[in-house]
Amino acid sequence: MIEGVSLFEILSLTTILFFIGVYGFLTRTNLIAMLMSLELMVNAEAVNFVAINKYLSPAILQGQVFSLFIIALAAAETALALAIILHLYRLTENIDVKEVKQLKY
Amino acid sequence: MNTFDYIYLVPLIPLLMFLFLGFTAKRIKEPISGYLGTAGLLAVFILSYYTAYRYFFVDGIVDGKFQQIRVMVKEGWIHFTDKLAIDIGIIIDPISVMMLVVVSTVSLMVHIYSLGYMHKDTGFSRFYAYLSLFTFSMLGLVLASNLFLIYIFWELVGVSSYLLIGFYFEKPSAVSASKKAFIVTRFADMFFLIGILMVGYFGQSFDFMTLNSDSTISMINSWIQNHQIFSFLGLSIFTYALIFVFIGGMGKSAMFPLHIWLPDAMEGPTPVSALIHAATMVVAGVYLVARLFPLYYHIEGGAALRFVAIVGTFSALFAAIIALTQEDIKRVLAFSTMSQIGYMMMALGVSGFDEHEGLGYMAGMFHLFTHAMFKALLFLVAGAVIHAVHSNFMDKMGGLHKHMPISSWTFLIAALAISGIPPFAGFFSKDEILTAAFEYNKVIWFVGFLVAGMTAFYMFRLYFRIFHHKNTEYEHPPHEAPWNMSFALIFLAVMTMAVGFISFSEYVSADLKPFHSHIHWGDPLVIGSILIALTGIGAAYLMYYKQTEYPAKVASGFGKVYHWTKNKFYMDELYLFVTHKIIFDKISKPIAWFDRNVIDGFMNLLGVTTENLSERIKFIQSGRLQDYAMYFVSGVVAIVMIIIYFR
Repeated sequence: MIEGVSLFEILSLTTILFFIGVYGFLTRTNLIAMLMSLELMVNAEAVNFVAINKYLSPAILQGQVFSLFIIALAAAETALALAIILHLYRLTENIDVKEVKQLKY
Repeated sequence: MNTFDYIYLVPLIPLLMFLFLGFTAKRIKEPISGYLGTAGLLAVFILSYYTAYRYFFVDGIVDGKFQQIRVMVKEGWIHFTDKLAIDIGIIIDPISVMMLVVVSTVSLMVHIYSLGYMHKDTGFSRFYAYLSLFTFSMLGLVLASNLFLIYIFWELVGVSSYLLIGFYFEKPSAVSASKKAFIVTRFADMFFLIGILMVGYFGQSFDFMTLNSDSTISMINSWIQNHQIFSFLGLSIFTYALIFVFIGGMGKSAMFPLHIWLPDAMEGPTPVSALIHAATMVVAGVYLVARLFPLYYHIEGGAALRFVAIVGTFSALFAAIIALTQEDIKRVLAFSTMSQIGYMMMALGVSGFDEHEGLGYMAGMFHLFTHAMFKALLFLVAGAVIHAVHSNFMDKMGGLHKHMPISSWTFLIAALAISGIPPFAGFFSKDEILTAAFEYNKVIWFVGFLVAGMTAFYMFRLYFRIFHHKNTEYEHPPHEAPWNMSFALIFLAVMTMAVGFISFSEYVSADLKPFHSHIHWGDPLVIGSILIALTGIGAAYLMYYKQTEYPAKVASGFGKVYHWTKNKFYMDELYLFVTHKIIFDKISKPIAWFDRNVIDGFMNLLGVTTENLSERIKFIQSGRLQDYAMYFVSGVVAIVMIIIYFR
């Protein structure tokens, strides 16, 4: 709990953060940039978990544990996504999703 | 009673032999697989005779009555309800022990004979594997202690018969014959299964000892009394169940009208015909009726048994008439088999139950026993002749007596036996049957009497035309069969002469109590049956010993009738008409049309609709990642809005 900051303010922050991520994900066509937007969304959630845990039920620690999980998962997911992107680049010399659309009907 | 605990070995040895020979058929070559199979069968043979000795002379009889002993292999194998449970068990009683002797003797002789007959055949090892499979199934059928188990082995003998008829599967005729045999017997087995289920339902058991017990019979009879509404044409449903079971037996035993597969089954190797289609498998129907004899006799005053008698008598006459005119020696023997099995069925049908009344039952079993010996012998000689002459047709034979003396003499013995000339085995059993029939119904007796004369005639027609008749010029001079074939012939000939003197009634009877029966030599019935046999033989002698004009004259004298019999009364054509013209054209084709157009049409409609629909919406799958993300996000937004709105 941070003195002088209410839960509402923190949640507003994370919501803004999350939608910045969504916006980035939908508008960017560079895969690296899309991955970064995804990370933003994930981090907003992690903050949410910690804040709600701390403010609403400080006696238990599930929310914080979850945020640790999320950080670990995000790291793994980034590694995987970067590997895919790298491979895609080798195949097509391109990481722009507008150009890479072979997988369709 | 633990003295018969070893009995499970009897079917087990051939089974193991089958598995071994079957898996190694490619690797083990000619004589060895045959010797292995024969050695296994020899062990079964010894065990069977030991069992017969133990049962009939040491352990079997208690208080003047033969015991029925059940050896459990696995109790409660399949459990439906407490009463309807299927065990794997072995029943030992006079008829099963007798059948053990029959099956093991004939099978051993066929194994030995085939060492010579199948010599240099490419499928030698396969042949022995199949023979072992058949022997296993037949022994299992004989020993099975309940209806369900007998059904399993019933199908197994059907399969091994199918495999052996189609042994020369390069020949199209053998293939179609094996299919025909399998389909016709399967058709009959469908009724058998229905019958088993009905008997099991009303009798509250599948087990033979329980079903045949007095309490079950009185329970069923009182049920019939109280539920007269469950009847059709005056016969209760249980009688129909027994008739259905008997139809299964009719299929296997080639009774009219389900006999059409038996003549075609002669496409198989001749030893197979001797083993399966003369001595053992085809009498399974007789054995089945004998197994359930107390039920057949006591339920509703023996209504089902009368059906058995009528079918048996008619088949005996029908087959004997056809056998008179056939030219293929194996087909003559096939129809003769059918006729003799009809005789056995007739004997069971006319039988009573207690003591001397049960003469027909005992005579039927006796005839089964003697018939197995001499008919197997006849087939084996026919095999030796075919082996030497390379043809099945009598025209190509004649004058073989001086080339093949052993075959000729053994065939003569067997022909005398089947004609009913004393002192050969067939006389005793046939005479008992005729005596029993005479007491029951004069018409049935007269038909049996007539059939006896015809049997003598066609058997000696066969004998004279093969071994005398004319001096045919052979390209390769025929020679006597090798020692292993001759040994089997001589052994069975000795059996044929000897078994008639067994006083059978002291071992096998309907109520399990031994009784005495002996031939009254002065009885007009006995003299009459000998006389008619002699008449038949005399007629055959006149017509066929030398080449004469008589056969052609007699044939033209009968005119159309001759052609009918020669074409087996057009039964095959009738079946073809019924199946092709009526069932295929009038029933199957409309059903096929319905299936193709309505059922398939509906399914195709579903398919086409789905395809058209997906053609319209496939643009969603655009391949652009952003589109998917957009769908996803808008979906989430929509769900959230719905939740907020409806909360």
